[in-house]
Amino acid sequence: MEVLVASSAEEVCELLTQDHRRQLLAGGTDFMVEVNYRHRSPSSVIAIDRVPELRNWRHDGDSVLIGSCVTYREIERGPLATLVPALAQAARTVGSPQIRNAGTIGGNIGTASPAGDMIPVLSALGATISLRSSEGKREVSLEDLIIGVKKTSLRESEFIESIRVPVLEGPQEFLKVGSRSAMVISVTSLAFITYPKTQSVGIGLGAVNPTPTRARRAEEFIHDYLDWEKMAVDPSVLVRFKELVSDASSPIDDHRSVASYRRHSVGVLAQRALTRVFSEGEFNV
Amino acid sequence: MSDITEPHLMVNGTKFTIDDSWLGESLLYTLREQLGLYGSKNACEQGECGSCSIMFDEALVCSCLVLTGNAVGREIQTIESLAPDGSLSDIQQAFVDVGAIQCGFCTPGLLVTIKNFLESNAEPTDLEIREAISGNLCRCTGYGRIVEAVRVASKASEGTEETLNDND
Repeated sequence: MEVLVASSAEEVCELLTQDHRRQLLAGGTDFMVEVNYRHRSPSSVIAIDRVPELRNWRHDGDSVLIGSCVTYREIERGPLATLVPALAQAARTVGSPQIRNAGTIGGNIGTASPAGDMIPVLSALGATISLRSSEGKREVSLEDLIIGVKKTSLRESEFIESIRVPVLEGPQEFLKVGSRSAMVISVTSLAFITYPKTQSVGIGLGAVNPTPTRARRAEEFIHDYLDWEKMAVDPSVLVRFKELVSDASSPIDDHRSVASYRRHSVGVLAQRALTRVFSEGEFNV
Repeated sequence: MSDITEPHLMVNGTKFTIDDSWLGESLLYTLREQLGLYGSKNACEQGECGSCSIMFDEALVCSCLVLTGNAVGREIQTIESLAPDGSLSDIQQAFVDVGAIQCGFCTPGLLVTIKNFLESNAEPTDLEIREAISGNLCRCTGYGRIVEAVRVASKASEGTEETLNDND
């Protein structure tokens, strides 16, 4: 195996242009498992985890631009955790300290697993992903990038350069169901984002659909039952809200859970997130 | 781009030259099978168990998830660097005193993890200790005595500081 260590994004472009079959390596937390189990042995690998542009993030007006090789560890604490709290909550549920020191946000997107913990948050935030190749750059939504289970619309020689997420003022929640608190892949997860300016909410679902999914009907439905001054919700609509979220899921049975439990639990997570942010007691229509 | 022609690894401050054919293996495999450093244990090979934990450019990671070719030019510290031969670090001594070792297979990974953890949090709560070792699986002890050993070790390092201050 040839291992090429890139030192700039430009160099990643060149190496991929020479041979687009080269495998990109960021944190290695998914790729190395395949190497260790002899499921894959690419002839050429480009390590991108030391590329400065990809390792950095910056607060850019009303959004944050996060390089694809920023680790969960960097997202889960410090200024990023204040700027994008739901992303930090999600990062903190990934694996273990060892995994969070290595794994990256770009890797989570590129792997495109339905259970990727960044995905529901980025979906609910309406994140845009910046892709780069020697042909140039383009920006796509997460929904346009992840088009199937472990399948992306990345073109030949193209890689994920950065992720742009909005900096919002309202409360955010990320919730996850798994068999234990650490070192677990999501059975179900959910991100709940409030947009105080437009008085709307974004709900991203994790591990219950092949591709990133927002519970749009539930988002629209709940709109009329929220009091943004008192931060309260009409308690009589919670059951319907929960159903609408479950309806937005199309989960499968697998070794981690049965579909019926995933469908049920994603609704429960939605209700829990909603009532953490909006109180049930003080709503007056 | 660093063209890797004469690959070498810097492990515990020592430079090791390695053969090209090992660049595509995990760093754990290379440490054990090429460098003879058997302290890092090989168990799950998927980052679940933490038995192969090492310090990699000052970050705690599973060496089974590091590609050897991408470890060239990086600073690697393994369990073998914890204390000079024949002596024990405070954390190792605490493990022995408290009885935090049964079969011992998870111990090296735990020791590397705990050393790193105590460096950033000298007075941890039990909850913080449990979170810090959440990536290190132990199937013998039930963790109670490991948590106790971390408590003892954190107090031991406090004691060392006090002694130093007294000498001042």
